[in-house]
Amino acid sequence: MPNEHIVRSYDEDLRRLRDMAARMGGLAERQVADATRALVRRDTDLASEVVQRDVQIDALEREIEAFCVQLLALRQPVASDLRVIISVMKVSNDLERIGDYAANAAKRAIVLASLPALGSLNGFERMTHLVQENLKAAMDALVNNDAEAAGRVWAADEPIDTIYNGIFRELLTFMMEDPRNISAATHMLFIAKNLERIGDHTTNIAERIHYAVRGDSLPDERPKADDSAYAVVRPAGE
Amino acid sequence: MSTTAETGTAGAGTQGFGGVQARSDVTLNAPRIAIKNLEFFYGDNRALKGIDFNIPDRQVTGMIGPSGCGKSTLLRVLNRMYSLYPGQRATGEAMIDGMNIVAPDADLNALRAKIGMVFQKPTPFPMTIQENISFGIRLHEKLSRSQMDERIEWALTRAAIWDEVKDRLDASALGLSGGQQQRLCIARTIAVRPEVILFDEPTSALDPISTLKIEELIDELKRDFTIVIVTHNMQQAARCADQVAFFYLGELIEVAPAAQMFTAPKHPKTQEYITGRFG
Amino acid sequence: MSLSMTAGSVPGPRKDPEVAAALGRRRKRADRIVRALCVGSTLIGLAFLASILITLTYRGFTAMGPNVFTRVTAPPGSDGGLLNAIVGSLIQASLGTAIGTPIGMLVGTYLAEYARGSKFGNMVRFVSDILLSAPSILVGLFVYQILVLPFGGFSGWAGVVALAIIVIPVVVRTTEDMLTLIPNTLREAVIGLGSPKWKMIVFVCWKSAMSGIITGILLAIARVAGETAPLLFTSLGNNGWATDLTRPMASLPVAIYSMAGSPFEDWIALAWAGALLITLSVLALNILARTLLRGRK
Repeated sequence: MPNEHIVRSYDEDLRRLRDMAARMGGLAERQVADATRALVRRDTDLASEVVQRDVQIDALEREIEAFCVQLLALRQPVASDLRVIISVMKVSNDLERIGDYAANAAKRAIVLASLPALGSLNGFERMTHLVQENLKAAMDALVNNDAEAAGRVWAADEPIDTIYNGIFRELLTFMMEDPRNISAATHMLFIAKNLERIGDHTTNIAERIHYAVRGDSLPDERPKADDSAYAVVRPAGE
Repeated sequence: MSTTAETGTAGAGTQGFGGVQARSDVTLNAPRIAIKNLEFFYGDNRALKGIDFNIPDRQVTGMIGPSGCGKSTLLRVLNRMYSLYPGQRATGEAMIDGMNIVAPDADLNALRAKIGMVFQKPTPFPMTIQENISFGIRLHEKLSRSQMDERIEWALTRAAIWDEVKDRLDASALGLSGGQQQRLCIARTIAVRPEVILFDEPTSALDPISTLKIEELIDELKRDFTIVIVTHNMQQAARCADQVAFFYLGELIEVAPAAQMFTAPKHPKTQEYITGRFG
Repeated sequence: MSLSMTAGSVPGPRKDPEVAAALGRRRKRADRIVRALCVGSTLIGLAFLASILITLTYRGFTAMGPNVFTRVTAPPGSDGGLLNAIVGSLIQASLGTAIGTPIGMLVGTYLAEYARGSKFGNMVRFVSDILLSAPSILVGLFVYQILVLPFGGFSGWAGVVALAIIVIPVVVRTTEDMLTLIPNTLREAVIGLGSPKWKMIVFVCWKSAMSGIITGILLAIARVAGETAPLLFTSLGNNGWATDLTRPMASLPVAIYSMAGSPFEDWIALAWAGALLITLSVLALNILARTLLRGRK
């Protein structure tokens, strides 16, 4: 914000709220990275660590929510302040979901560690890298109140979807080749789907930040490249 | 176009609770007062600069802004209160029913019967409750005794004070509590059956409960009257108004539906003011 | 606030407890001196007032009797009373008030409602204030010049006019003050209903100010009840029974004036009784005025 509130403690409260959101974002980002690392390195210790850390994210979400409710009740925020508080509340929700997906991926990584390796995990690493970058950029946009940056994150989900489609096809091929691969491939497919969903939640976060800064919504249609639904059969007329 | 005018009957078709439309969905009605390039002068000092906006029919327009920004001045222009004081004058247009309010030849008594005003501090007249109401009516109408009684009851009922005073209509109005006095003043104003009611910070001298009663009353009154309210209390504007106008240094900075004004105001100055960042 | 707690515990510049204590002692000393002076002066004033009142009450009540109220002035030694003076005072004071009050109220209303801030209004107010503080003997002389000399003799009417002239500025002042006290928003509320100005003044402003204005009128009556000087030159006084306003007329202050200056014991006693009567009636008027003013919201 260009100007400070007349009541300084109000500014401190809002700053604290942003800090909390940034901390939660950082934690979620780390969870995603560690889940993939555990998958790639077949590191079950790291994976269980990720699963345990999810509790912290959940706690942080409750903390943020309570603080938002308190701010709404005590400060009666309007305009940009109101939008920031509401947005952070929703962002914390998205981050909590992201944490859940990461934890779920880590659980599957534990199972996968006991199964024979299946193909290359490069796609997962690339996808994680992109998701992580977007999440980081989104959280930076929140802290810096930067609607343009949020807009860029919002538009940058397409490559993630593309990689996901590639992974989907590849795993489908493995399963068709040898039914014994199905167990591992299914877990990997879910992990890929989780990463893709994390990407979607990141775009949600970007939308909320854009609303917080500008007061208007991004267009309904976001560029999407996830056509995995049609990987086997494309319905007539599509 | 005029959505609120129909809420009484069309409630079933609209979203909301109990047939009452949420204010956020309300579109603004056709203008009741159209203000164009209005300027106001205290002597040589220009207190209002080129004001342009419409006051929608049977809705609540809230005017906010820091002290001395011109919002109260505009209110006093709308019923020509300024004409009481030498050296104050207005130029431009404020049209109501094809008549320019600020025209020098306007019939002030008729205008004031059409545009009533409720003040910051309750202003009961030193008479009985009944006489307080009948005083204004007698200025403009000749009613029989029973018609007068009926009108008094109607006005007091509309102002949500009938039940509290019906047993002591002959008691002095000065014995009422502050909140009751203010509602009596509202009753006195609507008894004349104006089209527009101007409220000049009507609750700034009242406790929170009386304030809420007045706000509820305003909400109720807008079914029949066009309402303009000046308030220092931003939350009050948010609670009561359909349209909010923000004034600063004699200029109209922004006017927008209340929901928009308090979630996403367009002008940075508005944003700073309503979020409490004014320098 | 104890001095000991300020040192150390409070953030900000340090305070020297020694200096603070010294300053505190000096303040207390000055306070005692000023208070002693005030109380002393009050006591001296009260002592004079009390001695006047005690003497007056004692001598007035000694001389009081039914004769005072039932008999007219008689030659010394023949048991006269003050009936003619009492009645004369009542007639002149009430007529004077009756004439002066409406004029005063209208002028006061003009000043408060129509001429606020105008040059002419300021001038009228200035002149009225001068009249208010002018020695009343001037008023007597003025009426003597315009009513007594041209019409060939002292008369009750001349006294009435003199008293009315004294009443007017008092009523002007209180009317204007009381009307100015009415908040402008009340006026705007009346005008805001579409009322013409005269209705606003008559039905709302006067009504709100009424108790204050009546208080002013009562104080004006109290003042004229005790006036001697203007009556000496106008209605002169009359030792016989007279209710004819075209002839000289008795009044209490003048009766007191002439009797108290006489060498006769019984006249002097009557003068004391008259003085007590005036004092009591002025006291009654003041109490009435005060209760009215207190009843005001």
